[in-house]
Amino acid sequence: MKRQMRRTGRRHPLATVALLALGLTFTGGAYAAFSASTAQANVDLTSAATVEEGKKLFQANCATCHGLSAEGTAAGPSLIGVGAASVDFQVGTGRMPLQMSGPQAEVKPPQFTDEQTKALAAYVASLAPGPAIPAADLVEGGGDAANGAELFRINCAMCHNVAGAGGALTEGKFAPELTSVTGTHIYEAMVTGPQNMPVFNDLNITPEDKRDIITYLKYVQDTPSPGGYELGALGPVAEGLFIWIFGLGLIVGITVWITAKSN
Amino acid sequence: MATDEHSGIMPAGASSHAAHEAGDPGTAVVIDRGFENPGFPPHRPRVTDEDPTRDRRAQRTVYTLFYLSILGSVWAIAAYILFPMESGDPGEIRLNNLFIGLGSALALFGIGFGAVHWAKALMQDIEIADERHPVGGSDETKAVAAKVFADADRESGFSRRSVIRNSLIGALVAFPLPAIVLFRDLAPQDVVPEELLSHTLWKKGTRLALDPSGAPIKASDVTLGSAFHVIPEGLQDLEHGKLEEKAKAAVLLMRLNPDELHEAEDRKNWSYNGIVAYSKICTHVGCPVALYEQHTHHLLCPCHQSQFDVTKHCEVIFGPAKRPLPQLPIAVDSEGYLIAQSDFHEPVGPSFWERS
Repeated sequence: MKRQMRRTGRRHPLATVALLALGLTFTGGAYAAFSASTAQANVDLTSAATVEEGKKLFQANCATCHGLSAEGTAAGPSLIGVGAASVDFQVGTGRMPLQMSGPQAEVKPPQFTDEQTKALAAYVASLAPGPAIPAADLVEGGGDAANGAELFRINCAMCHNVAGAGGALTEGKFAPELTSVTGTHIYEAMVTGPQNMPVFNDLNITPEDKRDIITYLKYVQDTPSPGGYELGALGPVAEGLFIWIFGLGLIVGITVWITAKSN
Repeated sequence: MATDEHSGIMPAGASSHAAHEAGDPGTAVVIDRGFENPGFPPHRPRVTDEDPTRDRRAQRTVYTLFYLSILGSVWAIAAYILFPMESGDPGEIRLNNLFIGLGSALALFGIGFGAVHWAKALMQDIEIADERHPVGGSDETKAVAAKVFADADRESGFSRRSVIRNSLIGALVAFPLPAIVLFRDLAPQDVVPEELLSHTLWKKGTRLALDPSGAPIKASDVTLGSAFHVIPEGLQDLEHGKLEEKAKAAVLLMRLNPDELHEAEDRKNWSYNGIVAYSKICTHVGCPVALYEQHTHHLLCPCHQSQFDVTKHCEVIFGPAKRPLPQLPIAVDSEGYLIAQSDFHEPVGPSFWERS
């Protein structure tokens, strides 16, 4: 009976799954190709057309909290003078537009394409002078990793962990990990001091020093840990948890085996 | 040992009821209310006792483990040669440690697992009771021991010649004293430790400089929301004790909106346009407190989660620290550089015995 049904049926039971997989692959592939092509967008930040486009995007997406001309409201701060770097960081990492209020704005998939982000940045930069988006040669590494490491230990490591793995702050806030952050966004965060991060202006850490810090972070990402698996490089908590569970578990297991009667 | 009548191994079956009912001196259980000793569970032969093929297989397992151990040792030697640490590349250290470690682990675990498996599966398997013998000796042994002491005391005159005894005790007490004096002299010369702990490199007019470059900082460099990690100018030029001085003098410089600072009357002139400088050394156990949140103006110590409120002279708002972080009074010199008005007004860092 069952066999007969299968023979007369038009579809194999797995046909639906195969069709779904095929469809998802195509959609995902097309989306990836599309977003890859837009990521390389080259936008003239000073052109009036870009600023105008940015203004429209701003008024449609940001004005509820930041005010119609970025003057700020009770719900959000003024953006006059924060500069293009701040907008590129907050919007480019998906932190803005804010999804919900909480201890801090969290990273999420960016809501705007690279072109739109640049247009928003151009609009905010046109309101008042502020930190600009850094030049490519400052954010691609290629500096002095040793100098960067020393500066990172002095200025950054207490919050972001010496390996850039991130760490906890007070009342639910945290310093995010830096291993998956682009050089541009790291540079912009240093200049603008997003959220509770302090500002590290160019007189405190020069642009060359910032380049060295990014170089160090890239070095840490690219160099395998000599001590083996890092357990997230989080230090004593992760390592202690590992040895308490697996080390003691092994000892308990061996003890049970030694004392069990052989069959 | 000759009088130890309770030791010895009794074979299975010959239960020790008699000894238990008499009441072992070593047991604290009240015997008459106890239950009857059930004896051993029935002997259950192992598969290796009954099946010769299983026996041979267990034997094979044991010697294979021992051979694996030999292999592990040889591999550890080979790995040391095959994965040398010569170029200084961290990846090489990793491979070297990994493979030597795997070899040694195999060597040790091979011996261990082999020995235990041998004992469990192949060595003779009969239940025996190894009775716990009483802890105390017999009365005769005790009497003999007491007599030995009494004889020794009488013959030596230890109790009778009390002057000799007391002078000997005195000599033994005095003997370690030179060591205490000698080791006390290892402490730093010509300095009082509490003075060292009470003063730092900061003094009137010392410029605030960037860590690690030592470049002096202008007040105009410190923009709103900034945090600067600061050392006293001149620290980098010290030949000796640079780290010791830095450990006391490290300062965190922050700029807040002046409206947000709640300053005490007597400290109003310790800041400059909202720029404040506080010791970075936690008053709990001395970790560097530098996790500054520029919106909440809280400083967090990463070691034990003490929190300090920068707007209120770094008073403790959470955690085990008992005192606020000491504030460095700052001003601006004629060239616009930030300078210290004086040293800290109290010792920085954790409490110590002589701290007032």
